[in-house]
Amino acid sequence: MTPLDTDIAHLLAGSMVLVSFLLLYQDRMFALLNIFAVHAWVLAFSVAWQAHLQQAPHLFITALIALVFKGVFIPVALHRIVVRLGIHRSIESVVSVGPTMLFGMALVALSIVVMLPVTEAAGAFVREDLAFALSIVLLGLLMMVTRRNAVGQVIGFMSLENGLVLAATGARGMPLVVEISVAFSVLIAFIIIGIFLFRIRERFDSVDVRALDMSRGESP
Amino acid sequence: MSATIGSAALTALLVVPAVGALTLAAIPGYRVSAILNAVVCAATLSCAGLLYSHRPEPSLYLIVDDVNTVFLIVSALVGFTTSVFSAGYVAHELETKRLRIRDVRFYHAMYQLLMLAMNLALVSNNIGLMWVAIEVATLTTVVMVGIYRTSAALEAAWKYFILGSVGIALALFGTILVYLAAQEQLGQGIVAMSWDRLVASSGSFDPALLNLSFVFLLLGYGTKVGLAPVHAWLPDAHAEGPTPISAVLSGLLLNVALFALLRFKLIMAGNAAVISPGPLMVAMGLASLVFAGLMIYRRRDIKRMFAYSSIEHMGVITLAFGLGGPLANFAGLLHMAMHSLTKSAIFFGVGYISQLEGTQRIADIRGLTHSQPLLGWLLVAGVVAIAGLPPFGIFTSEFLLVTSTFARSPWLALALVAGLAIAFGGLMLRMHGLAFGDSAKHHTLRGYRLVPMALHLGLVAVAGLYLPQAIHAWFRHVAGLLG
Repeated sequence: MTPLDTDIAHLLAGSMVLVSFLLLYQDRMFALLNIFAVHAWVLAFSVAWQAHLQQAPHLFITALIALVFKGVFIPVALHRIVVRLGIHRSIESVVSVGPTMLFGMALVALSIVVMLPVTEAAGAFVREDLAFALSIVLLGLLMMVTRRNAVGQVIGFMSLENGLVLAATGARGMPLVVEISVAFSVLIAFIIIGIFLFRIRERFDSVDVRALDMSRGESP
Repeated sequence: MSATIGSAALTALLVVPAVGALTLAAIPGYRVSAILNAVVCAATLSCAGLLYSHRPEPSLYLIVDDVNTVFLIVSALVGFTTSVFSAGYVAHELETKRLRIRDVRFYHAMYQLLMLAMNLALVSNNIGLMWVAIEVATLTTVVMVGIYRTSAALEAAWKYFILGSVGIALALFGTILVYLAAQEQLGQGIVAMSWDRLVASSGSFDPALLNLSFVFLLLGYGTKVGLAPVHAWLPDAHAEGPTPISAVLSGLLLNVALFALLRFKLIMAGNAAVISPGPLMVAMGLASLVFAGLMIYRRRDIKRMFAYSSIEHMGVITLAFGLGGPLANFAGLLHMAMHSLTKSAIFFGVGYISQLEGTQRIADIRGLTHSQPLLGWLLVAGVVAIAGLPPFGIFTSEFLLVTSTFARSPWLALALVAGLAIAFGGLMLRMHGLAFGDSAKHHTLRGYRLVPMALHLGLVAVAGLYLPQAIHAWFRHVAGLLG
């Protein structure tokens, strides 16, 4: 593996972290969906590059799933749902953009501090990839926490899953069963969420999760 | 010969619920499907029973060992009795039009899918496969919790889905880290994910990677176990879903997640250089115990109250396994089995109560021993059992745990006893209002419908008075294996 190969792998993984930050501060629904598509595309390229480097053809399937399913199918479907529900105006966040971004940076620093010394033995290539993957997972978590809107939370969850796929491909020779299962779980998750969104719409005329919080289940 | 029967039983254990799920999805009539649901569960139970005496050869994907047979048999037994209870429950929900025929068909198919996922999680020898199975189990329960489609049910299902997915995602990251640690020693590929190989050679793994992975696994699977502070989904999911699902969640799914955690604890135990997972589990278990004990006092919803009691007991079991050693592990294992039986029995009772009274509000329910004496007294027995009073089995396991803790760290034992006492007080206070006092109402409930509840409580009472020698020896053997 030449230094250039490693650099390209890191460039792609690093771009994913960057796109995660873009997701974090996006406050318009369509822009959020478009950027999620970009996130999935970068993931697909990153996985394909890993497949090329590790000479593991099965990883190309994972890349293809990421490209077609997460990069095209889900954003288009969510786009339609958003249009049909008429919720494209804006997304409310619990915390304003500034503190969220600062917190996101702290999380990236944390994952680097945690991962790099731990994976000393695993080699430079794997360890930096894992540090990026953990950053994406943590940023996805942060996004889920800061969004009030159901669609925003779903996108946060899927960006988190993208981070997991990156970690799984970075771990050399990890059996295919896991990658397929991750893609599969996203599929099921998406179906369920779709049903939920429509049911929520039926009940509350909004997909704002705050409307759900009204029904605490324990009102006196 | 024994291995051949064993492998046939193992295949049947997974194929029977899978075929059951497909068949039940196709059958429109609820009476037929409710009976078939119970029959399929009975078949699964007999397969699990066969596996106790006939062990198949472990493969790279599936394994049956002494540890998971305990969980399998408890799971299949409670699954079967719950399906019997569920038949009557569902019929009533259809009568009152809370569910439609279509929902019930979906519900039965999901019930079998859940059984399949839990069986697969228990017998999987591959840490990736185990993760997939637990994920499927989570998703099936999410849709069942939301089946009533009230706003509260949707909120509960949404919260469960979001928190459950985050937990499961963290667990996958931990699994990937374990694989990374293993592939340096065992080579790339499927071998480095096989649990039995991992345990055998974990001594040579990189300790730093294992440490980090366990933190993720503890938080991830801990969310599914319902440990504080990542328990928030549990009370809502229990309160808003159909009651048979509350019974299965508390009685079985929490155990399966804990079992996954134990599998990884054993991998950690093989390496001398890693941090000990014990203290982390003890801390989370104790926190859950005390926190849930305090929360019991202010509950207004009866199912929610017993959900907090589940968090409390999962805390006790986690604490026991975290403490380790033959005696504490024995206590933990016994407590796990007893809690599954008792808590599902209580939820059976609560299911009837909420249907008869038409409410889940504790304040609106009183004098059950007058209005429906058999149900009322069975509930009293159940609460007495779950609160840890003799002669029931939970008293035995809690007593064993407290004595073994006291011998090793008296302060911890003091905290444990305080936590148990807090929960005890809360449960007794609420039970008094529910079961005693005057009630003008008179409910009719056919006696045979209380058989599953009485059977569970009978088993728990027998275990408390006299634990058969065979079971005692079996549990002691397994406790030794758990380190």
